[in-house]
Amino acid sequence: MEVTTTWYLVLSAVLFALGSFGLLVRRNPLVMFMCVELMLNAVNISFVAFSRSLRDLAGQTAVFFVLVVAAAEVVVGLSIVVALLRRNPTATVDDFAEMKG
Amino acid sequence: MVDAIVFIVSAIIILGGAVGVIFNQNPVHAALSLIASFFGVAVLFILQEVHFLALVQVVVYGGAVVVLFLFVIMLLGVEEIERFDDEPIPGQRAAALIGSVLLLGVILAGLFLSGPGGNRGAVALTGKPSQMVPLTTDPNVVQLANDLFTRNVFAFEATGLLLTIATVGAVVLVKNRGGEDLVVDEPGTSVR
Repeated sequence: MEVTTTWYLVLSAVLFALGSFGLLVRRNPLVMFMCVELMLNAVNISFVAFSRSLRDLAGQTAVFFVLVVAAAEVVVGLSIVVALLRRNPTATVDDFAEMKG
Repeated sequence: MVDAIVFIVSAIIILGGAVGVIFNQNPVHAALSLIASFFGVAVLFILQEVHFLALVQVVVYGGAVVVLFLFVIMLLGVEEIERFDDEPIPGQRAAALIGSVLLLGVILAGLFLSGPGGNRGAVALTGKPSQMVPLTTDPNVVQLANDLFTRNVFAFEATGLLLTIATVGAVVLVKNRGGEDLVVDEPGTSVR
């Protein structure tokens, strides 16, 4: 059995769908954030798989920048979550439905 | 054959970790499942001989990001159980399941059904190989560094600026305005 690019792409698709399902189902903002990270990882898997199959480095460079942007996104997103949850630690995302100041 | 075994084991770890993130009621356990998923992805990167990104995956995702998650969970004391039995919007979970399965179906259909010239699989999605930066026999780190510091040097500098902005933004967002204390710091109202 040889591991082809299609294996990686199918795994990536399943992981992306799982991440989107979690994002839609869970109500804890932290866990929703983790599901976003899962979806980012799914995309990274397919970037690397395409990079290998097409013999092209550009996909790996894209993964590098995705990693950097994901780190910045986690920092800002978690500080927003901290700012929201410090008022009410038991809050779910339903409590933030109205984005009033 | 060894490749296939490694792939299958790490796929099970990745998907098991993802399922753990979604179905663990305790956010701490969800974060630990997330680590498992990230390590599985790192193993897949090593399997494809993308060594530098595998290292960065472990350090940045498995290290920094998950530690940041755990830090926020414990700082805020939100590690209480999220109850799954109440559904705030009726039918929302079934709709989410249907939507995700449809999303998966669309991606797999694009992967297996379509394609120019009767191509299937990966080539169906991308067409001819682009060869923007062809892979060479140099070590992976050398190739990536050459590409980053020649073709993408402006984007690389921009990520430095982005990280600086993110750091400053985090400080501004978390800064305690107007003496509003953390709830966990108030005596008697401790969450735990």
